[in-house]
Amino acid sequence: MTAATPIPSERRRILREFWFYFSENRGAVIGLGVFLLLVLLAIFAPLIAPHSPTLQNRAALLVPPFWQEGGSTTFLLGTDAVGRDILSRLIFGARQSLFIGCVVVSIALTGGIILGLVAGFFGGWVDAVIMRVMDVILAFPSLLLALVMVAILGPGLTNAMIAIAIVLQPHFARLTRAAVMAEKNREYVMAARVAGAGRLRLMFRTILPNCLAPLIVQGTLSFSNAVLDAAALGFLGMGAQPPIPEWGTMLAEAREFILRAWWVVTFPGLAILVTVLAINLVGDGLRDALDPKLKRS
Amino acid sequence: MKFAHLLAASSLAVMAAAGANAKTLVYCSEGSPEGFDPAPYTAGTTFDASGKTVYNRLVEFDRGTTNVVPGLAESYEVAADGLEYTFKLRPGVKFHTTSFFTPTRDLNADDVIFSFMRQGDPAHPWHQYVPGISYEYYAGMEMPTVIKEIRKVDDLTVKFVLTRPEAPFLANLAMSFASILSKEYADKLEAEGRMADMNNVPVGTGPFKFVAYQKDAVIRYQAHEDYWAGREKIDDLVFAITTDPAVRMQKLQAGECHIMSYPAPADIEALKADPNLQVMEQPGLNVAYLAYNTTIAPFDKPEVRRALNMAMNKQAIVDAVFQGTGQMAKNPIPPTMWSYNDAVEDVPFDPEGAKKLLEEAGVSGLSMEVWAMPVQRPYMPNARRTAELIQEDFSKVGVDVSIVSYEWGEYLKKSTEPGRQGAVILGWTGDNGDPDNFLAVLLGCAATGDGGANRAQWCNKEFDDLIQKAKVTSDPAERTRLYEEAQLVFKRENPWATLAHSTVFMPMSKKVSGYVMDPLGTHNFTGVDIAE
Amino acid sequence: MIRFLLGKLAYLIPTFIGITIVAFGFVRLLPGDPVLLLAGERGITPERHAELSAQLGFDRPIWVQYLEFVGNLFQGDFGLSITTKKPVLTEFLTLFPATIELGLVAVTLATLIGIPLGVFAAIKRGSWFDQISMGTALVGYSMPIFWWGLLLIILFSGILKWTPVSGRIDLLYFFPNGTGFMLYDALVSGQSGAFTSAVRHLILPSVVLATIPMAVIARQSRSAMLEVLGEDYVRTARAKGLSPFRVVSIHALRNALIPVVTTIGLQVGVVMAGAILTETIFSWPGIGKWMIDSISRRDYPSVQGGLLLMAGVVMMVNLIVDLLYGVINPRIRHS
Repeated sequence: MTAATPIPSERRRILREFWFYFSENRGAVIGLGVFLLLVLLAIFAPLIAPHSPTLQNRAALLVPPFWQEGGSTTFLLGTDAVGRDILSRLIFGARQSLFIGCVVVSIALTGGIILGLVAGFFGGWVDAVIMRVMDVILAFPSLLLALVMVAILGPGLTNAMIAIAIVLQPHFARLTRAAVMAEKNREYVMAARVAGAGRLRLMFRTILPNCLAPLIVQGTLSFSNAVLDAAALGFLGMGAQPPIPEWGTMLAEAREFILRAWWVVTFPGLAILVTVLAINLVGDGLRDALDPKLKRS
Repeated sequence: MKFAHLLAASSLAVMAAAGANAKTLVYCSEGSPEGFDPAPYTAGTTFDASGKTVYNRLVEFDRGTTNVVPGLAESYEVAADGLEYTFKLRPGVKFHTTSFFTPTRDLNADDVIFSFMRQGDPAHPWHQYVPGISYEYYAGMEMPTVIKEIRKVDDLTVKFVLTRPEAPFLANLAMSFASILSKEYADKLEAEGRMADMNNVPVGTGPFKFVAYQKDAVIRYQAHEDYWAGREKIDDLVFAITTDPAVRMQKLQAGECHIMSYPAPADIEALKADPNLQVMEQPGLNVAYLAYNTTIAPFDKPEVRRALNMAMNKQAIVDAVFQGTGQMAKNPIPPTMWSYNDAVEDVPFDPEGAKKLLEEAGVSGLSMEVWAMPVQRPYMPNARRTAELIQEDFSKVGVDVSIVSYEWGEYLKKSTEPGRQGAVILGWTGDNGDPDNFLAVLLGCAATGDGGANRAQWCNKEFDDLIQKAKVTSDPAERTRLYEEAQLVFKRENPWATLAHSTVFMPMSKKVSGYVMDPLGTHNFTGVDIAE
Repeated sequence: MIRFLLGKLAYLIPTFIGITIVAFGFVRLLPGDPVLLLAGERGITPERHAELSAQLGFDRPIWVQYLEFVGNLFQGDFGLSITTKKPVLTEFLTLFPATIELGLVAVTLATLIGIPLGVFAAIKRGSWFDQISMGTALVGYSMPIFWWGLLLIILFSGILKWTPVSGRIDLLYFFPNGTGFMLYDALVSGQSGAFTSAVRHLILPSVVLATIPMAVIARQSRSAMLEVLGEDYVRTARAKGLSPFRVVSIHALRNALIPVVTTIGLQVGVVMAGAILTETIFSWPGIGKWMIDSISRRDYPSVQGGLLLMAGVVMMVNLIVDLLYGVINPRIRHS
């Protein structure tokens, strides 16, 4: 048997079983719903947003949300200090955040899996070197390390994503390595090896699919971390640069109005919170559905 | 002596326990001082915390002006040839008595000589009392080449011998780097092997004595009881270090401090509207400019530079970028400075005329770079936005602009390279209120070349002769005339587009009285009182 | 035990060397020249630039600089800050108490609230209490704390005016020979109102900093407790008719807390990272804010020393946690 290529009906059964456990978790389903909504908002942002996210409306500076006195329905959530529509900026900001999450997780996942597989599979000094490097990265407070890296590379969204990915990737490497170590001497691997499977094939087709579950859970976790860290970097002026409508950067720009215009501070933060919360809910659901140990209890 | 020590200790206790009875002024400052020895540093924040509070100089800037008046020297004489300055020290000037030092003698010539020689003499034991220290202002004001010798005539008389006549010399001596330290204190620290403490726990003759400093949090001072110019009205002065302008404003509004520096331009309106606050304002001693590289075609032609300046809508820049916190500039020096030539007529905003002028000069299809610095400076809140506005203005006369920016350190360096393409946005804040500090530093022939501050690479014989002559002339009226003429030459040649002078604001509680804004931009708390 | 300790230490040495290389290398890679920043608009001649660079030691080969850097480290010399010309270690140590105080209070807060929350949620599994507390924990876990801090400032300092805007204690109080731990200084000074003032200043920052660790600890406690409650000996104890309270307090809690200890230890890194944001928002004079300032000033030695010291602290705490874990749980020690 090769676990990597289950026959179609088997795969469907696994998926159905997974969905059964996942959908039992009400929070996870809600989280998934919110997340899908955000994805739709991001994709169709130009169609949904009432205004351009960067258009400065000089006649309407710091207009409050529509339900407050002085607000208008033209700007549902009000405007910022240079007259940009906050709702539109938030909608376009969803693009930034989801984009950041996807890119960061892809980089961290790929890098971490390769490093982890290599370390776990080869062992010896290769393993020692790789894992010590991971230890070094983990020894620094993650945000600080990302901050210094962005300072080196220059402030900006791309560099912020690279820095966050590097900081998050040791978690994947460790997980993969641990899984490989556990699976390496299992019967099915031995069997594949005896059957003459090459190293690459062994690593990627035989062992990897069997350690996917924890990686998926870690991936969702990293997604939310990436969104949070990118916002934090933006807040510290080291992430996306104005006028890009990134939520953290919006918060940084809004700081000086904290006591005068609550809406410019409140909404971007709320957007970050809702996004991260939705992803974390999904992550919890995934973990429960994928982790057989918790499934039993 | 012991008694004095005790007294100091007990007054501390009183201050700590029953602060309510003492008049305490709390100032929300914008950052931590780099240290408490003013000589090695260049930041205004450091001078506020040391030079202006703890120390005095031989001569001082008169409060609220850039005029030089006697300080620790009660009088001075300048020789007819301008090569000798003789200072008569004020007798009976007391140094601070603090918990860590009790002076046994008054100020004398040794203190003055010590204060300068440690900066000027590389072999002086105090020259490198902290490794890596350097005296940037001493070097920047050309003191090493100007001062030939400092001589003690008697205990209360010091003579400076110069290598050449130098009219701004007196103004330089009023700057913070020229503060007078106590040689007795230095000797004590040296004997105890604690030389670095000169920079940590200062002793001076100034209006306030240093009490304590908690890094990034609080600096505490007390009024100097025996201050030679009379004891201050407030008892305690506290700097609450608050780097964020929004937080400084909240603290001021919450009554956690009485006066604050550098409010965010966006907050000025709200601060003015607060019934408990008053907001003082003054044009800053600064200028923001766009410097063409006058050695590169076609910017080597004055008429091209004039045409570009005509195409620029400066009022729009002042409105959009400074948002009411600045004024248009026509001269390279600010209007608060003596010798400002108000008769100079600015280049008019005239895009049509600019187009014609460019045609006449045979320039068409010009594309150029405009450099925008990446940071906010006191003279320029947003260089990027300024560059965008210039881009738009220039496009209307057929000049294509691309905006370039570098990391700040790189920007400062690259902008001085003689072969630089394009025009660079930058500015300057005055050090000593002398026109020479703007005109010679930024536009003199000696400042051209790699690493010089003349970023227009503009060396005009007529202009340079005028400012060189003014520099060695000691008669103020004659100097004024020369500088006024130099400004006319400048405007005729247009090496820069003079953009704006920014306005400095100082919000404070209505309880505060007697605060005078310093045109040089420091924050000075002498003569301030606070109502209970 | 000694062997366990030595083993752990031997394991840490390569990590430590890696940390020094990273701290040193990163800082060399930072673009921007501190000498240029010092000179500002005035400009600087190439000669003077070379002279100052030499004075700061930037002109020698990079490996010489590295070896000297490591050599000096062993003498406790982390170099001099370029801006203040003071030893980096001194700067770090003067600011560190503020961060420790904030961090300790935050972790204590997180533990005191997080553990009971998690334990009760596990006992009352599926109840409304479980759902609400775990929902709250997840919100806390997802919180952008820099925004959370701003919200609390708006509410408590801006609108209600219950707490001060920033600072560590009312400026009225002053401890000339203080330890830097404001709560302690205020308490031993005996000045009336000092301690209250320090507490009032500490409330918002520590709540903000405690938010994420509290959520993590609560979630971890709950799942650890659930696991233990499912084990045979607890079931047996229950079957013997022991009251649920006794079962939990005597048998389950102790075993459930073992993994929680590790979790709390791991929060130190989280708290350090959080301190950077929290200190920035509240103008708290600690090392997080100092690092941010140093990075923007290109103060090489400070960034380098700060990175190293912060990583060192995290490593030390992790080591201590490992040891504690070994003490609590002998199985680990021998495996």
